[in-house]
Amino acid sequence: MDEQIKAMQAEIEAAAASITDSKEMYLLRKQYLDNKTGKISALMKNMRDLPPEERPAFGKVVNVLKDWALNFFTEQDARLKAAELAQKNAAEQIDVTMPASKHFCGALHPQTLIANELIDIFAGMGFTIFEGPEIENDYYNFTALNTPKDHPARDMQDTFYVSEEFLLRTQTSAGQIRVMENAQPPIKILSPGKVFRSDDDATHSPMFSQMEGLVVDKGITLCDLQGMLDVFAQNIFGENVKTRLRPSYFPFTEPSVEVDVSCFACGGKGCRLCKDTGWIEVLGAGMVNRHVLENCGLDPDVYTGFAFGMGIERIAMLKYGIPNIKMLFESDVRVLEQFRG
Amino acid sequence: MLVPLSWLKEYVDINVTPQELQTKLFDCGFEVETLTQLGGEIDGVVVGEVTKCEPIPETHLHVCQVNCGDKGEFQICCGADNVRTGGRYPVALVNATVYATAKDHVTIEGTMKIKKGKLKGFESHGMLCSGTEIGLNEDLFPGAGYNGLLELPADTPLGADIKPITGLDDWMYDISITANRPDCQSMLGIAREVAATLGQPLKMPATDYKTDGSKLDGFTVSVEAQDLCPRYQAHYVKNIKIGEAPAWMRRRLALVGIRSISNIVDITNYVLKEIGQPMHAFDLRDLEGKQIVVRRAKQDEPIVTLDEKEFKLNPANLVICDGKKPVALAGIMGGLNSEIKEDTADVLFEAAKFARDNVRRTARALGQHSDSSSRFEKGVDEYATELGMKRALHLIEELGCGTVTDAAFAVTTGNSLERRKLTVSIAKVMSLLGIEIPQADVLRIMQNLDFNPVIDGDSLSIEIPPYREDIENAPDIAEELIRMYGYDHIQPTFLAQASVTSGGRNPQQNALMKLKNTLCGQGLYETVHYSFFSPKDLDMLRIAEDAKERKAIRILNPISEDLSIMRTMLAPSMVNAMIRNVRRGNDAGRLFEVAKLFLPEELPLTKEPEERESLCIGLFDSKLSFFDGKAVLEAVADAFRLEFTYKKPEDAAKYPFLHPGMSAVVSLDGKEIGWLGMLAHDLTDSLIPEHAAFLAELDLTALRPYLTKELRFAALPKFPVVQRDIALLVNTDVTCGELEAVMKSACKSLDRVQLFDVYRGEQIAAGKQSLAFSLFFRGDDHAFTDEEVDQFVAKILKNLGKQFEIAQR
Repeated sequence: MDEQIKAMQAEIEAAAASITDSKEMYLLRKQYLDNKTGKISALMKNMRDLPPEERPAFGKVVNVLKDWALNFFTEQDARLKAAELAQKNAAEQIDVTMPASKHFCGALHPQTLIANELIDIFAGMGFTIFEGPEIENDYYNFTALNTPKDHPARDMQDTFYVSEEFLLRTQTSAGQIRVMENAQPPIKILSPGKVFRSDDDATHSPMFSQMEGLVVDKGITLCDLQGMLDVFAQNIFGENVKTRLRPSYFPFTEPSVEVDVSCFACGGKGCRLCKDTGWIEVLGAGMVNRHVLENCGLDPDVYTGFAFGMGIERIAMLKYGIPNIKMLFESDVRVLEQFRG
Repeated sequence: MLVPLSWLKEYVDINVTPQELQTKLFDCGFEVETLTQLGGEIDGVVVGEVTKCEPIPETHLHVCQVNCGDKGEFQICCGADNVRTGGRYPVALVNATVYATAKDHVTIEGTMKIKKGKLKGFESHGMLCSGTEIGLNEDLFPGAGYNGLLELPADTPLGADIKPITGLDDWMYDISITANRPDCQSMLGIAREVAATLGQPLKMPATDYKTDGSKLDGFTVSVEAQDLCPRYQAHYVKNIKIGEAPAWMRRRLALVGIRSISNIVDITNYVLKEIGQPMHAFDLRDLEGKQIVVRRAKQDEPIVTLDEKEFKLNPANLVICDGKKPVALAGIMGGLNSEIKEDTADVLFEAAKFARDNVRRTARALGQHSDSSSRFEKGVDEYATELGMKRALHLIEELGCGTVTDAAFAVTTGNSLERRKLTVSIAKVMSLLGIEIPQADVLRIMQNLDFNPVIDGDSLSIEIPPYREDIENAPDIAEELIRMYGYDHIQPTFLAQASVTSGGRNPQQNALMKLKNTLCGQGLYETVHYSFFSPKDLDMLRIAEDAKERKAIRILNPISEDLSIMRTMLAPSMVNAMIRNVRRGNDAGRLFEVAKLFLPEELPLTKEPEERESLCIGLFDSKLSFFDGKAVLEAVADAFRLEFTYKKPEDAAKYPFLHPGMSAVVSLDGKEIGWLGMLAHDLTDSLIPEHAAFLAELDLTALRPYLTKELRFAALPKFPVVQRDIALLVNTDVTCGELEAVMKSACKSLDRVQLFDVYRGEQIAAGKQSLAFSLFFRGDDHAFTDEEVDQFVAKILKNLGKQFEIAQR
């Protein structure tokens, strides 16, 4: 009996020695261990032919063989699979520096990027967004903004007219009136949009975009204007940026101010960007003129407000270092792709 | 506006440096655009005396010994004809900088540095200068106009810097003046601001004069158009002696860019610059009919102005007439027929206020502009009118060029030149600013600005100077106070008293951002193009003459024809962007634009046009398929959970720029919302050769309501999906979309259809194609059995068979 076992062990070891493939090894395993057809299983079945007193001893011996075989084949399988995996991995070496099969990544226009930044800043302060028409009537663009016909301030902006009454809006301030006519304070709006001026040279584009802000409520002061603009400037240009107000004139605000930010390139020491002044002009602002409030049916003795307006492209050019406004309207993909993300 | 520091000093003592004054002006609202020293480019030029002067034989040159006092004695060669022993001249020493002149010795061509030289064997250590070479002319410094050396007075100190001696050390301020301060468009106006900001008294220019008691009997002045001329003053001056104006006046006029003409004309220009009041002088003998009438011009009435230009006028223009004819274009220019001549003996001076809008309109309409018109356009106050006349008469007397008579005329509308009174609440003023300016500072500032302030409790009473027409209410006072007190006193607060409001984009605005982000996710770059384009852009895309896109709003005053009409479609701008890119060697791009179309109801415009929002998609590459582009539209549909349907355009002629076989209209909910397609081959070949382009345009205004649909969760299906694949042999003109539509309507349990293979070729008949679909069935209330699904497929095939010539493969 023992010899028979030993012979079968030797037979298995000999057969396994020439096998290099885990699938073949599996077939060999089946030859011996398959429940129905396996040679070791057959030995168990033979047990029935033995006299009952021999059966326990026989059974024990066969079980030892079976355990040995199970163990043997598990080891063989692990060995072969490890080798096969190593071989497969070795065959599948790639050059990871080759180009990826990537998906395209698009980009928003700098005008949208800046507008979004501004909207996010001011939305957090309670501003909603209003968009007026690009073709405005003279009343909203000028007259209601305290700039009647032939007011010298109209010379500040060269206007495109499309009829006696209608023009391409020269300023998003036109939206102020449309909002104030239809709303009661508290009013906090932000009005982005395209504006048009008959100016076309190296530094001017006949179309650009502005962002107008308007706050009307009780007790609004010039200090509030500067406080809000500080938040804007620090968010857009950096934490350490300061604002400076200086007197100016717009027909629809009184007092009117130009707002400069301390130069974020040099920290105010003076450089090429700020033309050695330490300051960069970024927007115009002021307290809403009483006449404008009156034109919109609001009582200027009850309500005060401030308004500000900035050129979105100008902010984009300053922030991103774009040298020429014309680049923003030419759609050169080498320009546009720089704003991915 | 140009303001020489030396002139300013006549009215106010300036106890700060020129640079400090620049800052002071900036702080109170007057931006100095440039501050330059008159002789800023000149350096190293001193006074020297020629002590020995010998001609160099056979040349026009002299070799001179020049004594420059403590600077030393130099040998200098000189070619000027007026060099002589004992003459004192400006000497540019070695290393000095002076202006270089052309061969005519007059035209300045930049600057040059003086070097040691040798002429005909004689060493030369410097250069004797002409006036031109140090930046002077006859008006700026007498003698400097001579085309030769500038001869200096014999007592000029030797070795002294030339600049203080010739006024080249003066500073020029170029100040930008805001439209609300026309009263500052003069030396006196700026001086008032400087005096206020420095806290110095203002020294008013003298306006006194004596009259000889004589009158102009029978002479009348009348104003028919008082709306255009609220004040007209005239004054007769006799015994006029035409001559040169004195050097000081000529110099000042020259500094601000006005050439000296004669004493009388110079006085009018001087008053314009000094007081800000345009003046005119008529030769009295040329005025017919003993009268001046200010009236609207008659239709086609002619006038020839001083510069000999002839104009035909109309009633929109204001003219000054004598008894018979126009003698001046009001506020713009005098007539040639009554100009001051060398032998003029009697003059009628005019000072008036003309309505700024009328002067502006007339000057623009006639294309005739002058210093006077540009001054009137900004706004002249009647106080200046009166002051200007007095000043001119004083100058006549001071210059001794005439006798002021008692023949004075003034026609007014009764406007007072008195100060207006205004009382404001100090609390109200401060509540606008948000800070408290101490009462003492309020008083000081108001006093410095000549507002005669009185404070009584909360009320501030002021008397507004007559030239400050811009001051009318508390915010104006707030502005005056803060600009003088200093904006650096403002303490930023964060909406200290305002109500809390909720902010942010509305759903529509959010949806638009999501749309843009979706397109970016598809690798598209957003573009922005001008809202206007050219009719030629429509020609480029072969848009028919009668197409609705041709009904575009025209800009009345376009910059050029290229930017002359408002866009009625976005595609031309997109094609132009592709053309620019391809020309610049950019071979591929995926672009989009969201912008407005301007659609007038009727032209010319009588009401606001519709501004319709449009989305344009443009892809270009060396190789590109229709489906690359369609994928972008499908991504948009997916992002908003919409189902777009596509079909070939019924009228391909509507899209003459698209490939007739590769174009489609896209619909949503049964409504057409746009088009898409490949750019036609011939257009591609001519516009972007060796490329392919996909274009699409969607009506965003129509899409808008679908972009804000609310999200709803749908329960997951309870029963599994059963898939069947079928291959159909159909004619090549049968579309996938048509087949899918029939299949879906044939069986409501058909959850989804997916085309997975298309075959045309040898193995099937010509004119046929094989389309293979996966059909996915799902039951709502039970799992389908094979038998049920077989029945569904049979029904689908039957319905397909009814509509199409079809075979199963």
